Amino acid sequence: MRAGILVLAAVVLIVILNAFYVVNEYDQVIITQFGKPVGSVHDHPGLQAKIPFVQKVNRFDKRFLEWDGDPNQLPTKDKRFIYVDTYARWQITDPLLFFQRLRDERGAQTRLDDILDGETRNAIANHELVELIRTTNRTPEQSETIPEDISVLENITFGREQIRQQVLAAAQSRTTDLGIEILDIRFKRINYVEDVEKKVFERMIAERQRIADRFRSEGEGEAARIRGERERELKRIQSEAYRKAQSIVGHADSLSTYIYAQAYNQSPDSRSFYDFMKTMETYENTLDAGTWLLLSTDGEFYRRLKGSGR
Amino acid sequence: MNQHGGGGGFDEPINLPQIKFPKIPGGLVRGGILLVALLILVGTGFYTVGPEQLGIVLRFGKYVRSTDPGLHFKLPLGIESVTKVPVQRQLKQEFGFRTAQAGVRTQYAPGAKYQVEANILTGDLNAAEVEWVVQYRIVDAYKFLFKVRNVESTFRDMTEATMREVVGDRTVNEVLTVGRQEVADLVQQKLQELCVQYDTGIKVEQVVLQDVNPPDAVKPSFNEVNQAQQEKEKAINVAQAEYNQVIPRAKGEAQKTIQQAEGYLLDRVNRARGDSARFASLYESYRHAPEVTRTRMYLETMNTVLPKVGKKLVVDEDIKGLLPLLNLGTGTTALPGTGGKGGN
Repeated sequence: MRAGILVLAAVVLIVILNAFYVVNEYDQVIITQFGKPVGSVHDHPGLQAKIPFVQKVNRFDKRFLEWDGDPNQLPTKDKRFIYVDTYARWQITDPLLFFQRLRDERGAQTRLDDILDGETRNAIANHELVELIRTTNRTPEQSETIPEDISVLENITFGREQIRQQVLAAAQSRTTDLGIEILDIRFKRINYVEDVEKKVFERMIAERQRIADRFRSEGEGEAARIRGERERELKRIQSEAYRKAQSIVGHADSLSTYIYAQAYNQSPDSRSFYDFMKTMETYENTLDAGTWLLLSTDGEFYRRLKGSGR
Repeated sequence: MNQHGGGGGFDEPINLPQIKFPKIPGGLVRGGILLVALLILVGTGFYTVGPEQLGIVLRFGKYVRSTDPGLHFKLPLGIESVTKVPVQRQLKQEFGFRTAQAGVRTQYAPGAKYQVEANILTGDLNAAEVEWVVQYRIVDAYKFLFKVRNVESTFRDMTEATMREVVGDRTVNEVLTVGRQEVADLVQQKLQELCVQYDTGIKVEQVVLQDVNPPDAVKPSFNEVNQAQQEKEKAINVAQAEYNQVIPRAKGEAQKTIQQAEGYLLDRVNRARGDSARFASLYESYRHAPEVTRTRMYLETMNTVLPKVGKKLVVDEDIKGLLPLLNLGTGTTALPGTGGKGGN
C-alpha cells in the first residue's frame, strides 16, 4: 500500500516536471506535437508550460553564431596561390523555416560551408591578389630613410571591403529561404602558400638589396661631391687670395713709385742730386773687404796725389 | 542542468526512508533530513560576487537582475542561477605569440604555430610578422552573455580580420616604421565599430603592436639596408671631415697672404714717404749750396767706404798697360774712374 503511494507520487512528479520547460535568454522555441509545430515561435525566457509527453520543445539559438571556413588554397585571377581563411556570423531569423529546411545547426553549417566557400572561391578567382589585400587607394606615408619609389601602393579598383560586400550579398541571397541570415563574412587570413612565399621572400630580399646598394652609392656619390667641392673651394680660396695679394702688391709698387717720382722728379737739379746721393749710398753698401779698388790719379779723388794745384 | 540538480534534491528524501527506516529511530531521521535540506538551501541560496565582477541572476533561464560585489541571496534549488562576469577587469588577447608565464621576466611560449597569426600580407604584397595585443573590457555583461555565442573566439576572429585589413592597406615600410601607431589606432577604432555591430558588449581599450618584423628569411637583407645606410652616413661624414680639415685652414692662409700683401703695401708706401721726406729736406738744404754739399758728401762717403775696401791700388794716369799684369784674384774689382763722381 505504502509502496503504491510512493510509485504514484513519483509518476505524478515526473509528469509535472515534463509539463514545464526552461527557456534561456538566448533561446527561441518551437513546440511540436508529434512532430508537427504548434503555436507560434516564442522567445520568452523563464519557466514555461506545455502538455507533458505530447509536446516536444525544440530550441534554437537566437545569438550570433559562428561559421569558420576551412583554410583553403585558392588561385587568384593573377594565378597566385593563396591560403584564404574566412569567418562568418549568422543568425537563425526564422526558426520555423530553419527547422523545416535545415533541422539543426549541424545541417546549417554544412549548407553554409557550401554557400560561403563557394562564394569565396568565386570572389578570389575573379580578382587579383592586390584587390583582396588592399582596401583603399591611400597614399602611403613615407619614411625619411627609404626611397619613395620603393614604398608605393599600386592602384586598385575594387578592394578588400568591396569584394567582401560582394561575397556577403551573394551569400545572403542564397540563404533567404533557409530561415537564416548571414550578418557578416570576413577574410580572416590571406597568406601566400609556401612556394609563392619563397618567391615573395626572394623578391623582398632583392628589393632590400636594391635599397642597400642605392644607399651605398648615394653615400659614395655624396662623398665624391663633397670632395669635389672641397677641391674647388680650396682652389677658389687660394686663387682669390693670390689675386688680391698681387693687386695689393702692384698697388703698393705703383704708389711707392709715384711717391718717389714726385719727390725726386721736382726739377733737373733734384734729379741730379738724387742720382748723386744714391750713388754715394751704393758705394757705401757695395764696397767691402773683398773689394779691390784700382784708383787712377786721373780721377777726382786722387788727383791731388800728383799735385795740389791744377 | 539546474533543473536536474533540483530533481536530485527531491529524490533524496524520498529514497532514504525506504532503505533505512527499519533500523534508525524516526526522530533522528527527521532531524537528519531537515539538516540536509537546510544545508542544501544555504549552499545553493547564497553566493558571493568578487570585487571585479558583476553577478547576472537568471530565474529559470530568464534574466532577472544583476548584482554588485558582495554576499547575496538567490532562490535556491536551481530556481535561480548566477553567472559572474568580470566587468571591471581589463582583459587581454595576444596575437602571434603567447605569454607562457607572466612575471618580472615574462616567458613566451615557443611560437611556430602562432606564426600563422602573425604572418600578414602588406599592401605592396610583401609579408610582415606582426605581434599584437588587444586590451578590452566587458562593458555590457548582458550583451556579452546573450548576444553572441562564443564571444571570445568571435572577438579573436574580428581582431585578426581587422588587423589584416589595416595592414593590407599599407606598405611594408609603413608597417615596420612610421605607420605603427597609425595601424594600432585604426585597428582599435575599426574593431570597436565591429564590436558594436556584433553586439558583443566589449569595449576595446587599446591595441598595442608588439614586435613588427620582416619574415625571418628576409631579416638579414633588412639589416643590410640599415648597415648600408650607416655606411652612407659614414662616407658622407668622412668627406665632410676632410672638407672641414682643409677649407678653414685654406681660408686662414688666404687671409694671411692678403694681410702680408697689405703689410707690403704699408711698408712700401711708408718707406717711400719716409725716403721722399728725407730727400725733400736734404734737397732743400742742398739747394742753398749745391757745389760744396756735393763735395762734402762725396768726401764723406769716400771716408767711410775706403777704409773698408780690402786692397786699394792707386795708379798714375801716365802708366799704361799695368792692369793686365795684376793678378786680381777673386776679389771684387771696382773701377771708380768711370763713376768716381756722378753728374760729371
